[in-house]
Amino acid sequence: MSSTSNVAGSVASTNGTTASTAKKQGRGAKVVGWADERLGLATAAKKNLRKVFPDHWSFMLGEIALWSFVVLLITGVFLTFWFKPSMAEVQYFGSYSELNGMHMSEAFKSTLDISFDVRGGLMVRQMHHWAAMLFIAAMLVHMARVFLTGAFRKPREINWIIGGVLILLGIVEGFAGYSLPDDLLSGTGLRIADGMVKSTPVVGTYMSFFMFGGEFPGDVIVPRLYMAHILLIPGLILALIAAHMLLLVYHKHTQWPGPGRTEENVVGFPMLPVYMAKAGGFFFIVFGTCALMGGLLTINPVWKYGPYDPSKVTAGSQPDWYMGIAEGMLRIMPPWETHLWGHTLSWNIFVPGEVLPIVLLAMVLAWPFLEAWVTGDKREHHLLQRPRNAPVRTAFLVAMMSLYGLLWAAGGNDVLAVLFHLNLNHITYFMRGAVFIIPVLVFIFTKRWCISLQRHDNEKLLHGYETGIIMRSPEGGYSERHLPISEESAYTLTARDRDEIYVQGSDVDENGVAAPGGKLAGLRAKLSLGMFGDNVQKPTAEELEEGHHHAEEEHALEAGLDHSADGHQFDGRHEVEGEALRGGH
Amino acid sequence: MSENHDAESSNNLPAPIEEPIANPGLAPHKPRPTDIDPRAERRAERQVAAFFIASMVCAVLFCVAYFTLDIKDETDTFIGLGASNVALGATLGLALMFIGIGIIHWARKLMGDVEISEQRHPAASSEEDREATLAALSAGLEESGIGRRPLIRNTMIGALGFVGLPLIVGLRDLGPLPGKKLERTVWKKDTRIVRDVTGTPVRPEQLEVGDLMNAQPEGLVTPHSEEIEKEGHSRGVEYLEGVDLQVEKSKSSVILLRMEPKDQTFSKRSPENWSVNGIVAFSKICTHVGCPISLNEQQSHHLLCPCHQSTFDLADGGRVVFGPAARPLPQLPLKISEDGYLVAQSGFLEPVGPSYWERDSE
Ligand code: HEM
Ligand code: FES
Repeated sequence: MSSTSNVAGSVASTNGTTASTAKKQGRGAKVVGWADERLGLATAAKKNLRKVFPDHWSFMLGEIALWSFVVLLITGVFLTFWFKPSMAEVQYFGSYSELNGMHMSEAFKSTLDISFDVRGGLMVRQMHHWAAMLFIAAMLVHMARVFLTGAFRKPREINWIIGGVLILLGIVEGFAGYSLPDDLLSGTGLRIADGMVKSTPVVGTYMSFFMFGGEFPGDVIVPRLYMAHILLIPGLILALIAAHMLLLVYHKHTQWPGPGRTEENVVGFPMLPVYMAKAGGFFFIVFGTCALMGGLLTINPVWKYGPYDPSKVTAGSQPDWYMGIAEGMLRIMPPWETHLWGHTLSWNIFVPGEVLPIVLLAMVLAWPFLEAWVTGDKREHHLLQRPRNAPVRTAFLVAMMSLYGLLWAAGGNDVLAVLFHLNLNHITYFMRGAVFIIPVLVFIFTKRWCISLQRHDNEKLLHGYETGIIMRSPEGGYSERHLPISEESAYTLTARDRDEIYVQGSDVDENGVAAPGGKLAGLRAKLSLGMFGDNVQKPTAEELEEGHHHAEEEHALEAGLDHSADGHQFDGRHEVEGEALRGGH
Repeated sequence: MSENHDAESSNNLPAPIEEPIANPGLAPHKPRPTDIDPRAERRAERQVAAFFIASMVCAVLFCVAYFTLDIKDETDTFIGLGASNVALGATLGLALMFIGIGIIHWARKLMGDVEISEQRHPAASSEEDREATLAALSAGLEESGIGRRPLIRNTMIGALGFVGLPLIVGLRDLGPLPGKKLERTVWKKDTRIVRDVTGTPVRPEQLEVGDLMNAQPEGLVTPHSEEIEKEGHSRGVEYLEGVDLQVEKSKSSVILLRMEPKDQTFSKRSPENWSVNGIVAFSKICTHVGCPISLNEQQSHHLLCPCHQSTFDLADGGRVVFGPAARPLPQLPLKISEDGYLVAQSGFLEPVGPSYWERDSE
């Protein structure tokens, strides 16, 4: 491999004058020496300073989440200087004249003060809120990336779980923050949360009374949520992010397969300087984006909603988008309630509000273990899979995304009704059926699509790619001319596992006796067949040989037309993978 | 991927990929213009510096905007955003962005762009390390004697369990016990109904057919007119404030609606004598999860909750006609007092608001 010579080359090719480096090193070495004599960090740093990070745009998603959390910490601390987490009633006399004389909680008043009397306060409040949106959105997309590429497989299952818990904490943290200003919308959100808590069988009423320090709304929920919002949950998030990053460094990042990239190595840029510069620079871009949004895009204009009043509500009241699915489930649930022996059990609230979110999260967290059990695969995986090469997994996520989208739409059914002049009741009835039917259709469609993409890959490997040049044969028939793809592209396409379908009783124990495989073996065999049975496997070496042979014959017939007709495969750094995106060559 | 990877040691090895095409190895590095052309290199250097300078300019502009632009009542200026807010956001945003763009430009154009390769190691420790750890662990446990002394072990586990009790019991004072609080509101016999905003009592003839009014029990709204307040005090009305007021508003708020008596459907849970000349009063608190209900469909006497669109028919005992709410809205029995105002015959006969476990009524 050429990598060793490349390492040497990298030193030579860095720019900069030798003289100044030498001088700096002298001073730098002194500082390092001073620190190392006390901390002894050089042993760890020696390995990590030049640690290799592979490069791909999708690896940036987690970084967006990380940096937006840092932005949240910075802007959040700024807000704490002025925010007063108190529900004591005060009368407002401030710069926002429209609310002058109104009675409101101190929390709401201090939010108005931050918005209208602290210079830059409104910008920071809006930055904080936008960064919160970005944080949760980036985590979700990052999670989808990890799922689709199989990056959660051994040895990274624990990081997958940490990530799932981070999303949950992020959503709870966002809800707590949304509730702090004590405006009409946040109070309505709390009212709904109270209703959901109360629906918990047996202990619900007690939970509600302990949360709110008595009957809703009480006067302690904002201070309590404040503690959770600025100390408890950020602390947990910080600890989990630290664990997430440590595991990332320990496992080393996954990479896409390709020439020179194997399960045993990791190819990319060194931490110092390139990765550090790119990641550090990216922090400023995320921070700057939040600042621009905070200055230019209004979010949560609480002064328009007014202070919370339990007897008031606005039409079209919507929670922040990440609560959308809970909201959607709550809205389309049929009105089921059971009265038994003097007790009330509200399925209509308890199921969508508490049971389903937990079930959904558990399903997501359990997936790596489910998949590993079905495949029986106990090896480590460091090369990513293209989504198409795991059709069932991909289809599952896309189906889940369609469910998410539907519930989200259901959560805004009133907005949809107004927007498209539809009947609200019809939308709801439609959604009640759609959440069961559409994800299934999406699943089937996505799986088919993946498999046809796999087939297309094999076509490319065996017959080359379609050039778009139509040939007319001496007999008058028309055909499209195919050209072979480059060796690198061909290698990249074949660098994946063959799926093996588990057959019940196929396991053999040490003595060579067939092992029945336990009670669940039948289920496992069925799942395995379902997950991998339809997949298209890559061609074997012989099939490839034959394919090339065939292509050469065809080529001889087409002699006269040269490669100059199409140059895509030779255009330098361009990889064949991208070709599919360009409409399939 | 079948079970033949079972042998302990091979478990942690990465999956070898069966390769029909041999791995061609890392592609040779292609130099960038900045690697070979000194002019391109200097140009890139100047560009990076320009970004950093632009950032400094923006940071200074931020300070200028901070001290020169007024923020009072911001929303009036500059498309509702406020001049100061826009200027501060734009200058800070650009100051940060330019640093980021500068650094990334530097990394892409001038820092080494040679990909290097590093070996991976299995996540698991070496076999020896693992054995040494297990040996240390069992030696430690052996020396503690925890296995040999079940009495100590079991009492310790017991003690650790019991120490959990103070932690849980300590949370008891987070709030009072529910008791019957959720079943009560301030409504009782002869409580006057007052307008939500002004706090004035309501006479039946003040409502036209089709009128909808947000109302409260007297005592929840401090009347705008001091005379009425004084008169209220003279009858012993207490005006609530602070938490008590908020709690009571979240339970006692009602809606008054006047309709043609012929449109009404009466039933056991909504008898005829609970309404006055087609005027009915219902709890305003949704029986789903407790939002205040507000949207009225004029012709149908339907009332819609804006939170999850449960719809209630006020002409038919508050029946749920649509949506996730499972129970009708509780109705407040009305009558006319001797001095001609609308008052309650009694309090609500069932708890208002969302369901809860101890709720004992259909
Ligand atoms: C995961 C991280 C976080 C998320 C998702 C988040 C989210 C939110 C949201 C959505 C709001 C409502 C903002 C508004 O008024 O429109 C908020 C308010 C607030 N947050 Fe955070 N936040 C996070 C971390 C923090 C941290 C670390 C602090 C402080 C150290 C903090 C301090 C505050 C304060 C003081 C408010 C009230 C400000 C106001 O209402 O004007 N937040 N947060
Ligand atoms: S609170 Fe009224 S429908 Fe949910």
